Amino acid sequence: MNAINQSILTLILLLPLAGAVLVALVPDRGKLPNWIALITALVTFGLTLHLPAQFILGQGGFQFVVNRAWIESPAIFYHVGVDGLSLWLVVLTGLLAPIGVIASWNAIQSRRKIFFSLFLIQQTAMFGVFISLDLMLYYGFWELSLVPMAILIAMYGRKDGPRAALKFFLFTFIPSAPLLVAILWLYAQTGSFDFVTLQILIAHGSFPAGPLCWAALAFLFAFAVKVPVFPLHGWLSDTFSQAPVALAMVVAGKLGLYSMLRFHVGLFPVQARAAAPFLIALAVIGILYGACLALVQRDFWRLLAFAALSHLSLIVLGIYGFTFTGTAGAVYQILSHGVVDGALFVLLGVLYDRYATSQIAVYGGLASKLPQAATLFVITSLAMIGLPMLNNFVGEFLILSSTFTGVSRGWAIAASLGVILGAAYMLWLVQRLFYGPESELTKSRPAVDLDDRELAVLWPLAVLMLVMGLAPSFWLPSIEQGMHTPQWKESVVLAQPVSALPSLSISSPREGQR
Amino acid sequence: MNGSLHLWLIPLLPFAGFLFNGILGRRLPKWLVTTVALLAPLAAFGVVLNATWVLFTIGPTLGSLPYVETCPLPWISIGALHVDFSFVLDQLSLVMLLVVTGVGFLIHVYSVGYMHDDEGYARYFSFLNLFLFFMTLLVLAGNALLMFVGWEGVGLASYLLIGFYFQKKSAADAGKKAFIVNRIGDFGFLIGMFLLLANFGTLTFTEIAAKLAANPGWQGGILTVIALCLLLGAAGKSAQLPLYIWLPDAMEGPTPVSALIHAATMVTAGVYMIARTHVLFDHSPFALGTVAVVGAATALFAATIGLVQNDIKRVLAYSTISQLGYMFLGCGVAAYSAAIFHLVTHAFFKALLFLAAGSVIHAIGGEQDLRKMGGLWKKLPVTFAVTTVGVLAIAGFPPFAGFFSKDAILYAAFMQGAGGKALWFVGLVTALLTSFYMFRLWYLAFLGKPRSKEAHPHSTPWSMLGPLLILGLLSICGGWIGIERSAGWINMERFSGFLAPALGARAAESGSAHLELILSIFAVAVALVGWFVADLLYRQRPARPAQLAAAYPDSYKLLANKYYVDEFYGATVVKPLLVLSTYLLGWVVDKALLGGAAWLLGGIATFAGALLQRWQSGNLRSYAAWLAAGAAAVLLFVVVPWSAFLANFGIHLNMAGH
Repeated sequence: MNAINQSILTLILLLPLAGAVLVALVPDRGKLPNWIALITALVTFGLTLHLPAQFILGQGGFQFVVNRAWIESPAIFYHVGVDGLSLWLVVLTGLLAPIGVIASWNAIQSRRKIFFSLFLIQQTAMFGVFISLDLMLYYGFWELSLVPMAILIAMYGRKDGPRAALKFFLFTFIPSAPLLVAILWLYAQTGSFDFVTLQILIAHGSFPAGPLCWAALAFLFAFAVKVPVFPLHGWLSDTFSQAPVALAMVVAGKLGLYSMLRFHVGLFPVQARAAAPFLIALAVIGILYGACLALVQRDFWRLLAFAALSHLSLIVLGIYGFTFTGTAGAVYQILSHGVVDGALFVLLGVLYDRYATSQIAVYGGLASKLPQAATLFVITSLAMIGLPMLNNFVGEFLILSSTFTGVSRGWAIAASLGVILGAAYMLWLVQRLFYGPESELTKSRPAVDLDDRELAVLWPLAVLMLVMGLAPSFWLPSIEQGMHTPQWKESVVLAQPVSALPSLSISSPREGQR
Repeated sequence: MNGSLHLWLIPLLPFAGFLFNGILGRRLPKWLVTTVALLAPLAAFGVVLNATWVLFTIGPTLGSLPYVETCPLPWISIGALHVDFSFVLDQLSLVMLLVVTGVGFLIHVYSVGYMHDDEGYARYFSFLNLFLFFMTLLVLAGNALLMFVGWEGVGLASYLLIGFYFQKKSAADAGKKAFIVNRIGDFGFLIGMFLLLANFGTLTFTEIAAKLAANPGWQGGILTVIALCLLLGAAGKSAQLPLYIWLPDAMEGPTPVSALIHAATMVTAGVYMIARTHVLFDHSPFALGTVAVVGAATALFAATIGLVQNDIKRVLAYSTISQLGYMFLGCGVAAYSAAIFHLVTHAFFKALLFLAAGSVIHAIGGEQDLRKMGGLWKKLPVTFAVTTVGVLAIAGFPPFAGFFSKDAILYAAFMQGAGGKALWFVGLVTALLTSFYMFRLWYLAFLGKPRSKEAHPHSTPWSMLGPLLILGLLSICGGWIGIERSAGWINMERFSGFLAPALGARAAESGSAHLELILSIFAVAVALVGWFVADLLYRQRPARPAQLAAAYPDSYKLLANKYYVDEFYGATVVKPLLVLSTYLLGWVVDKALLGGAAWLLGGIATFAGALLQRWQSGNLRSYAAWLAAGAAAVLLFVVVPWSAFLANFGIHLNMAGH
């Protein structure tokens, strides 16, 4: 078992890459590339499940660590490992890969080989981002995760792919440049790219404060664009409306949010705390702004984009609230959001497949024609709007309650208004797509409800939403483990409220002071 | 404590029914769907009855309440936050459970006949079971967050059932409206919970009560804020001012749903929640006063609208809002047990009235307009009889159920000083209006000459008549549970005495039995006046109502259009939000400002990166070349000895920093 534990992360990293090579080599005949990609993705997902199975709860720090010198000069190490923060994100990435393949099964009709090899490369890149503990390695994967994405959007975009790809590329590549400069500067100061080493050095104040501040800002900027944080979300709605479903479901959120947690808050706790009031304000604006705009979108991909902006902003709020519960809630919410958004993309992809339009107004009355799709769509929407017992509620409650008790009542109340707006835009979407009399469009096309392939993807996701809503205690202890390393205690657990309003309370057991 | 009461079965049995019929129902024969759908609530009711029997006879006894069952695994446990799946049985939840599962079961039975020909039969029953699951969860919850689960969950069930006929746009609209308006209330509940966490560090009801008991001097302040937040939640769920607007529209759902969810049980959740958290309200006179004023205002307001509605279900809907106002009034004068008492009797007679209305609608082919009914007493004798019982009960005639509970609330209000007297007077006027519009309904639907062509109402099956009869009986006798004979005179203290351990004993009253008697006579007198006026207008001079409406067109239009509240909200909230989002946020901020900035950025970058254009060529070799170039760049970066250069770079930056 020890040998497996030693090599599991490397296997997870390399398997999709091997699959990509295989897809590139085989002839493009029938569904052969699809099958290879599916099997690769499924096996990789199986491998990722090894991580939580073997994860030791009581043990702090990183596990499944491999740390080998890779290149002597500059000193780049192949240093990988996971802790509670990244553990489940690796599993989530593994889970979404087969779902992405299945969602692309019929949607991708031509040039399958290129699509699936790039898709698998993208998987490797995302795994790499979550497990890298060497900054240069991390940066390599971070960049790598952008390339296949941009190419795939350009090649397989719905109508206006190249333009959306260009926008995506500009928005995400440009901020990567300062990130690289900042990483190189850290290396120049210390001779190390190693995350753990740098974390300790920064904590001990062995850097000049001014440049360090700029470095932290460069990190933050790159991540904030990728999440995206308001007002840097310009690329999101174009990407959502153009990108193939399999990619759109992974493009936003987790990569940037995880990077914020690990490499901004984790590496630069002091600077992150200084930036927190601004980020909290932007997050709350993003929650309400995204929800308001989702309310008035006419295209369901764009609606989903603004909904995502709203939900991702909530997670940003959790991260920069600097409370223990809020941070754990943020990690949990990244997972929840990944599951819910994945299901929603598949479902809307189903509609787009059948009816070839994303204009909400031309739909209507689908519930009687596609009852299975309607049922699953309603369940997913309810999860999305944070119905208790479904997964999003847990994260939302943890984030909002900790923001309220530990950060700022005013911001928390404003953020909670998103709860009302969220219900409004999602239920309105459900109504316009599925309820009411049948529209001309839905009458004119044959009713094709979900096939076995789609059901096999969506029902497990729906069950997962319920399980994650009912038994968060299955996930939370391991997430907590990710916050028990000394650095986290310092940066998060002992954090003082960032900007508390005048306290109204008489006896207030602040959770942040644990 | 010997032996478990198996409280966890009470919600889980209906949940199992929901899963069974929800997943398999469409493919199963109807009898099996029916069996499962009925067994689930019946078994849950059985568990509640068993618990009652155990408590009253073999023990653990009533004295040992509250009885708590906690799931060994916590629901959410992180940092200082710890929330359990814990179920609490005390006198309050026991009463509520008996009503919810008992009345719930009867309405399930009724639905078998009512929904018999509906193609969504299995879906209907799975939703109804789902509702019972959430409602019992709400009632049993030992902490606010678990209650919130049930709270939002009943809202979901209500959303699904209001929109049951989803092909109808009005039904789908109504479901959505109900959910969103409830969400506004839930927002208050949520903030209330945050405040509880911030100030008590816990959401468990018993711990909150204990902390308050340890600090008797703690009054008002933050407690008022918490109580008002909770009140907002309660007002949403229980359709009080200003959030009542969803309930009349909710009548789009099937009639048994209106009976169960929108009359007997779910809408009373707000009252139950206030009773459950009454310790907070007890510490805030201001919050209590607000509850009372909201209740009284709602009672009167809704009753005035009820005067002129012509849809039989809408009359009942406004009457429900009005009666819920009474319950809030009861809570607001700290007479929680009187409020719960009225909740119970109201569940009986309002479920009865709705089911009877459903039976009428069913019999005459889906017609809901009172103006097209008339003379139905001959054709539907049983329905007519039970409706009469229901009308007498809601109007407050002794010895029917409503008399006792309404009286208890009015008496409690009267005893609360000068303000209480005013509230009592509003309640009294409302009683007059209630009696009038209920008898109006009675006359229009059952007496007089038939006004519709439908001459052959089909007979009502026994599955529908049975529940009607049982509820009719309960509407007659339901109030007697409160009666107690003491000192040669009867009083109403038994029910409140029973609830006292859970709700706190009411402050000793300076009133007397004679005062109570006098007030009762007042109440009955106004009910008689209401009846008399209805008799005058709708039996003796049937042309008069139209003349009156013509004589006072403005007032009539104001009432008929429900004070234009929906229009008001539309113009002040919905429309501005949409306009703001579309134009200011969507066009100005997103497209013009942010989009413009991105465009500018893009222009610069495009100029620099003209090479990227080759991506659009669709040429495979160029993509491959790009990949290769990227890989080469990475390789180059890795291989080149950087350290010397980087050192310079670092120093350079370093200098810049100083």
